[in-house]
Amino acid sequence: MAVGKEIKEQITSVQSTQKITSAMEKVAVSKMRRAQMRMQESRPYADKIRDVIGHLANATSEYRHRYLQDRDVKRVGYIVVSSDRGLCGGLNNNLFKQLTLQAKDWKSKGVEVDFCSIGSKAALFFNGFGGNVVASQSNLGDAPELASLIGAVKVMLEAYDEGRIDRLYIISNRFVNTMTQSPEAAQLLPLKAEQDEKLSHHWDYIYEPDAKEILEGLLVRYVESQVYQGVVENNACEQAARMLAMKNATDNAGGMIKDLNLLYNKARQAAITQEISEIVSGAAAV
Amino acid sequence: MAMTVHCDIVSAEENLFSGRVERVIAAGTLGDLGIEPGHAALLTPLKPGPIRIVKLGGEEEIIYVSGGYLEVQPNSVSVLADTAVRADDIDEAAALEAKKHAEQAIENQGADFDYSRAMVQLAEAAAQLRTIQQIREKLGRR
Repeated sequence: MAVGKEIKEQITSVQSTQKITSAMEKVAVSKMRRAQMRMQESRPYADKIRDVIGHLANATSEYRHRYLQDRDVKRVGYIVVSSDRGLCGGLNNNLFKQLTLQAKDWKSKGVEVDFCSIGSKAALFFNGFGGNVVASQSNLGDAPELASLIGAVKVMLEAYDEGRIDRLYIISNRFVNTMTQSPEAAQLLPLKAEQDEKLSHHWDYIYEPDAKEILEGLLVRYVESQVYQGVVENNACEQAARMLAMKNATDNAGGMIKDLNLLYNKARQAAITQEISEIVSGAAAV
Repeated sequence: MAMTVHCDIVSAEENLFSGRVERVIAAGTLGDLGIEPGHAALLTPLKPGPIRIVKLGGEEEIIYVSGGYLEVQPNSVSVLADTAVRADDIDEAAALEAKKHAEQAIENQGADFDYSRAMVQLAEAAAQLRTIQQIREKLGRR
């Protein structure tokens, strides 16, 4: 029967879309779990480094490292962490919105802003809107490696060393829970020194070779690990957002299929009714 | 029972080892170090190479690290391992790479960040999202 052929075709097409979205949802769920695990695994390292740096900063009080010193702000740097792929709801857009607001805020204070983009969505964003992008890194994949971030971070650290930027921020999505992710900016440099009372000068390390060099190396690694954490957390957010977006898409496709089926059945009924009434009226005429 | 000390080997990406050990042997930049329980507090960079740990009971385990830092405290030993071999020239090359990416991405772009245009497009995107939300709600009510 030719009735509702177009509707039938539409139903099939929506059904195949639904299959894809529900598959993507399932993939996102499992990827999110792994991303969350990575998020947790990277924490002890950062905590440990923070402890050691805190101690070093207290022990070598006559020497203040430039990463621990506040300077007058003339130019700031932003490391912008985004996802590599789309189809994850408003995740990246919300982040860029927050970034735009902050950049505007700096501008109104007469402070210039440099950017470092991580993830291809951020690169695309700056592509459209300009901005002074000094470093860029994308295609990190689902299991980002710290090694692939070193270059981008180094560019920003060098800029800080040479006084081209006076503060360094990282803006990325915070994983609140699977339903909520919120874009947040955190200050990386100068480090806000935490005064830890229990680490006061009762004891000190033997340094091999010397404290300054070790502090230097540790501070760089600390910043890198913070950026890495941002990237991993953003990755978890991306998967969570995608999971939600795909779940909604699957539900919507289900609703559409229901509506289309109803329409199809109505059309079929109408055709049958018409046929019967034609036969009946034909018989009555005879 | 042999004396032991708690040892953690962590990298930015994962936790490599955690447990009680009798001895840790690592390659510091100034020479190999053997750390036993009761060692004085020490902080040193490590060369890329294996770290040998003798676990409680004498069982040995070897973990390879590509450099990092060794921290010894009276009751704990921690290794902050790097995930990649670090050298100034390698880092420099990576930095140049990142710069190049940035330049390629925005070749014919002005350096001025276009706030108004960004805001307009973001507002549009937000409006689209809201619309989708509303459609979704409508579908849900039916």
